[in-house]
Amino acid sequence: MMARRTPPARKVLSALFVGACGLAVILALIPLAFVLFFVISQGVQSLNLDFFLNNPRPVGEVGGGMANAIVGTLILTGLAAALAVPIGIFSGVYLSEYRGSRFASTVRFAADTLNGVPSIVIGVFAYAVVVLPLGHFSTLAGGFALGIMMIPIIARTTEELLLLVPNALREGALALGATRARAVFSVIVPAALPGIITGVVLALARIAGETAPLLFTSFNNAFFSTSLTQPISSITVQVFTYAISPYEDWHRQAWAGALVLVTIVLVCSMAARIAAARVGRIRGQ
Amino acid sequence: VRSPDLGFRLGIGVFAAALVAIVAGIGAVLANDSWLSLQRFGLNFWRTSNWDPVAGEFGALPFIWGTLYSSVLALLLATPVALGIAVFISELCPQWLRAPLIFLTELLAAIPSIVYGLWGVFVLVPVVRAVELTMPESLRALPLFSGPPFGVGMLAAALILAIMVVPFTSAVAREVLKTVPMTQREAAYALGATRFEAIRAAIFFARTGIIGAVMLGFGRALGETMAVTMVIGNNPQVALSLFAPQYTMAAVIANEFTEAANALYLSALIEIGLVLFIITLLVNILSRGLIWSMARQVPVKAAA
Repeated sequence: MMARRTPPARKVLSALFVGACGLAVILALIPLAFVLFFVISQGVQSLNLDFFLNNPRPVGEVGGGMANAIVGTLILTGLAAALAVPIGIFSGVYLSEYRGSRFASTVRFAADTLNGVPSIVIGVFAYAVVVLPLGHFSTLAGGFALGIMMIPIIARTTEELLLLVPNALREGALALGATRARAVFSVIVPAALPGIITGVVLALARIAGETAPLLFTSFNNAFFSTSLTQPISSITVQVFTYAISPYEDWHRQAWAGALVLVTIVLVCSMAARIAAARVGRIRGQ
Repeated sequence: VRSPDLGFRLGIGVFAAALVAIVAGIGAVLANDSWLSLQRFGLNFWRTSNWDPVAGEFGALPFIWGTLYSSVLALLLATPVALGIAVFISELCPQWLRAPLIFLTELLAAIPSIVYGLWGVFVLVPVVRAVELTMPESLRALPLFSGPPFGVGMLAAALILAIMVVPFTSAVAREVLKTVPMTQREAAYALGATRFEAIRAAIFFARTGIIGAVMLGFGRALGETMAVTMVIGNNPQVALSLFAPQYTMAAVIANEFTEAANALYLSALIEIGLVLFIITLLVNILSRGLIWSMARQVPVKAAA
């Protein structure tokens, strides 16, 4: 008998393969659904005004919150941005402007390497460089650790976005007699700015969820503090402390903290998506 | 180079140089601060398993074992799923479903490690424990499933690591598959290939890059700290059993760093950090090299 069509065995195999790939997607989305379900359902129960307004209270006293940790996370991420935005953006400009040079590939390699360094190792580095000389844990050390994690993300995002700017813009500026610096900072960077800002926001969201680099740099603080030279609380470290404690009320607050963290991530990535879509429309894509 | 441009180049070059200096600085500082431990124990540090800070004995074998074992297990679990997702999104799924699926997998990657840890402690570990309890006696005799069912342990750690690595590997694998020229698939279809056979051809074409993507995920798993610390049980032992509470390099640093009361203890922990840094560095360099060499062999991309 002559087989005129594709033999069934091959078709079956192909269908099985397509099914397996679909199954893989479902397999990965199940944990996502479960994590989101528990964080939202457990977190919503415990999230109230006290959580945002009060500082932690001793075990057994109700009404404690994470006001100090929320402020701490804001200060830490602010410090991180102050360190990482200039280094990251200027490095990104260098990478795109001198993309062919040997030094640029060294910098690109360093950025990718730094991106792969485990966050706990960055924490050890910050401990050695900031905590040891100062003699104690401090907000500065935590901000330094987070900043270092942010640098490669911003640098690579900036580079990628600058490469998308049409070359005609650069040529136009140079043809008008602008220096390279003028062309970059008055024409090319502004053209890519919305995207760069989006990248910085995404990097901030990622950094705000980091725990490991803060454990022995900014440490933790049961009290409200805004001092840069003292230990400071952060949402993530506070969630960790509460999660491994034996107290029911603290577990409750840990879930509330997790919900705040996930909300930050969700809002930032949605905002980034909307911003990116808008930029795409303006560019006429 | 005109002189005003030189000033500009040097000006921003300083910032770029700072980035390079940081990476070099991490290596130098970690090596310097672990000198005490490096000198005292030498290679024995990584060959012995007795971790007794009070007695001043530091053997880090259980940590490197736990790190490698958990990461390899996570890789075994995550790779098929991650590649399935990458293939589904880039080759199979309808256009309208693509963006939402990419968003969801990115969300999976964006959830902070501490949130996975919290979920692991209160949701995953009890489930793992229940599974361990229902394991039939005949299987419990195997070394892979021996020991009491605690819930916390290698299995829980490997599962949570796998969940965290999947979106990462699949994103890189998707990028790699994107670089495979369309002509490869068209040629396969023209020869009468089924969907599977055409995709197999594309995967074969991209094999170097896909291995790179898997290794990049491995690098992530090696350094993952919080979620693993919270579910692995934190018991320094070299055990094959999936049920056994074990320990990883990142976890011991996270747990004991603030407790390191003397210089030798601190130095020993920093040495663990140094070795973790070197291992992840090598894995990253190797995987990026693979992905890069794959991207380079695609002539179409350079023209596009």
